Amino acid sequence: MAIAFSVNGKQVEVEAEADTPLLWVLRDDLGMTGTKFGCGIAACGACSVHVDGAVTRSCSVPLSDIAGKAVTTIEGLKAADGTLHKVQQAWIDAQVPQCGYCQSGQIMAAVALIEKVGSPTDAQIDEAMTNICRCGTYPRIRKAILAATAQAAQQGDA
Amino acid sequence: MADNPNPNVDLPETASPEAKPKKKGIKRRIFLAGSALVVGGGIFGVWWSDSSAKARGKALIGGEGKQAFGSVMTIAEDDTVTVYSPHIDFGQGSQTALGQMLADELDADWDKVRIEQAPADFAFANSALAKGFLPTMTGDFAAGLIPDAVIGMMARAMPLMITGGSSAVRFTGEVAMRRTGAAVRAALLAEAADRLGVPVSELTAGESLVTHAKSGKSLRYGELAAGAAGRSLERDPVLKSRDQWKLIGQPVVRRDIPSKVDGSAVYGIDFTLPDMRVATIAAAPVRGGKLESVDEAPALAVKGVEKVVKLPDAVIVVAKGYWQAKKGLEALSPKFSDGGHAAVSTPAIYAAQGKLMAGGKADAEGGSGDVDGAFGAAGAKLVEAEYRVPFLHHAMMEPFALTGHFKDGTLHLWGGMQDPLTTRTKAAKAAGLEVDKVVFTPMIMGGGFGRRFPDLVEIIDQVAVLAKQVPYPVKLVWSREEELTHGTYRPQSSARLKASLKDGQITAMRIDYAQSGNAEGEVPFIYNLPATSRRHFAYQSNQIDGPWRSVNATQLGFYTESFMDELAQAAGEDPYRFRRKHLAEGSRHVAVLDAVAKRAGWGSPLPVGTGRGIAIVESFGTIVAEVIEASVRDDGSPKVLKAYAVVDCGTTINPLNADAQIMGGLIMGLSSAIGEAVTLEKGAVVQSNFGDYPILRLADAPPAVDVHFIESGAQTGGIGEPGLPPASPALANALAAATGKRIRNLPLLTQAKA
Repeated sequence: MAIAFSVNGKQVEVEAEADTPLLWVLRDDLGMTGTKFGCGIAACGACSVHVDGAVTRSCSVPLSDIAGKAVTTIEGLKAADGTLHKVQQAWIDAQVPQCGYCQSGQIMAAVALIEKVGSPTDAQIDEAMTNICRCGTYPRIRKAILAATAQAAQQGDA
Repeated sequence: MADNPNPNVDLPETASPEAKPKKKGIKRRIFLAGSALVVGGGIFGVWWSDSSAKARGKALIGGEGKQAFGSVMTIAEDDTVTVYSPHIDFGQGSQTALGQMLADELDADWDKVRIEQAPADFAFANSALAKGFLPTMTGDFAAGLIPDAVIGMMARAMPLMITGGSSAVRFTGEVAMRRTGAAVRAALLAEAADRLGVPVSELTAGESLVTHAKSGKSLRYGELAAGAAGRSLERDPVLKSRDQWKLIGQPVVRRDIPSKVDGSAVYGIDFTLPDMRVATIAAAPVRGGKLESVDEAPALAVKGVEKVVKLPDAVIVVAKGYWQAKKGLEALSPKFSDGGHAAVSTPAIYAAQGKLMAGGKADAEGGSGDVDGAFGAAGAKLVEAEYRVPFLHHAMMEPFALTGHFKDGTLHLWGGMQDPLTTRTKAAKAAGLEVDKVVFTPMIMGGGFGRRFPDLVEIIDQVAVLAKQVPYPVKLVWSREEELTHGTYRPQSSARLKASLKDGQITAMRIDYAQSGNAEGEVPFIYNLPATSRRHFAYQSNQIDGPWRSVNATQLGFYTESFMDELAQAAGEDPYRFRRKHLAEGSRHVAVLDAVAKRAGWGSPLPVGTGRGIAIVESFGTIVAEVIEASVRDDGSPKVLKAYAVVDCGTTINPLNADAQIMGGLIMGLSSAIGEAVTLEKGAVVQSNFGDYPILRLADAPPAVDVHFIESGAQTGGIGEPGLPPASPALANALAAATGKRIRNLPLLTQAKA
């Protein structure tokens, strides 16, 4: 069946089974591979996107739930003129990524957090940033979120 | 042309994992044996004396408007320098460091330097690595008389485009990159001297420009490249001294990072081709089991599923997309045999390992002095302890994905592996093709940590077989469940440690450990004791043990450094000072230990319920000491509050990236110590996904890691792995200090709650 929704401001209509998770619609049907597959059970967060502004683990949301909604992916964070989102820029400035595979999801989670609370506290970062990073970039993720919201980080982590 | 340049040197056997499980998972050791003859000699000659590789490499990277220098680099007319890294980058950032090393010696303008992955071709096999591994991993610096050209041939025959052993910078960087940069710089200067008719001594090089100050004339590298490329390159060029470095040691930003924040980086799992299908797989739950039967019909009834392929030990479903393939696979009820391993379980393995050690017949022994004599001496206080660590999953965030397309007799592969050349030879064997009928395009990897050594990667064989059965390109993707239950794990391992103390001094120490691989020669024993013995008891389960980030240094570091704290306690001494007095006075180890104690405020008061732990481990030529401050939450789980690491890797090529590697290694070490375990029941893995294999999350990681480097100038050590081993004993020591309870079995979480 055809299901219509928007991705990064563009209307799309996808012909797929209603139970297909949004992740695989994005990756296999729409060819948008910035959103990653990590576990398939909403445990790692590599597939995080925004659905109507809320951070969502796309591997566990069926396409039928997305009908008529607005999806934002990592590819949609940049401004129309190509300027990076302040969180993306903070990620580069803090040299966060190592293998980089989880970072699309981490950035989407961080953007949602900042949009929700403005300048998050360390405790709010702890609570919101539950995505897995196997490379262990967490201190730099924290540092980048604080920098993106003009807060100073603890010492350490060059 | 045939890729193996020397028909007398056989390409390595890449037997199927089932064939000889006893020998698998110890690839490094075979590799060391293979290179045991290769030591010493003039190192630079490797790159230039082997003319066939040089010519082939040049042909592959050269082209219109650019000049190739060996198989290492090119200079284009517009001054762009492209450095070809034989090492892949799976997040460790070594490609940037290799570029820094070459560009510094070349005096190139860093903004005009690009770094690319070398093609998966035998011309790029890494002689530097062959030379580097042996002396560093075995401690054997004996000079050999093997000609460099032979080493080059061996490297290609082995073949070596491996990334691992924290080797890129310390071998490829130091040997190939710096020398190439210096030799090409000399050639550019000589070319400029001839063109300008002035002596070389009046010329200076900098920012990709040769300048003659007297006349004010200058020539760009791009203008000089063609002439320089025609000159013979110096075999042993003078390298810059430390005070002349401009790029080495600088916190240069990584070139790959922008593409990893906007979703544009294309990993192996992202690769796609027109008309491509996606497949997924279920292999026998018990390692060593076989597929007995499967009714294909339920899968074929799922919309989008096109084909079911049976392998001897697995079933594959091919569909339009991953979701359909997964649904098809879940619809199947394949019957697998247990390979006779139904009795294998985690407790049974520990019991068998304990029995082996109690038997006392070691398979290998290192150390020196009269250990038993010291144990029996009058007045000796004996301390004993047993430790256990479980199998560990690599948990690279990108599950295995490899695309294959068999077309016109050639198998094309796209994906991420730690060694592009072995990927080709392994695929060729599985597909029944000549190696030159397999083309592999290496891609970015979402982590690896040792899991992507092709020798142990079944997906290569699976795709090679699958691709030959279908007319279209097919991408095989492993689910996380497949990834976790069919790993090549860090081995489950047990140890019994015993030491004698007299007047606060250790008079002898014996470390017995039972596991698949022998760690002797790989993990140095750093303490200065009158008598030591480290004995390996070989034990192999039905699992395939593989290299896991920092390899045997994780478990040996945990055993030794936990036990050092137990000995300090038995002697009634402070764990830092107790370690210090058993290390050689004035050594690098003492400097590292002192520095971490100072930075961590060792000895300063802590709140009740908080403990501080210290540990020091040398691995891959780098010495790392760490201090962890931790407490225990109400539910018994550890809370890591602060973390400090001091590192002596000789020279830090890129402090920004080295900091990240040590920080990441430390956190991965904490993660494994706190919650990770792969356990077995009836021969099969119990855990299935991140729900029951918990990876440390941000809230449980230290908010910051204080990483400090000592620039000792000693031989350059690795940086990707050595941050990991001290973390688990430092944490266990901190918790023991906080609670008085010593945890000897990992993971801590299950022990703390017990």
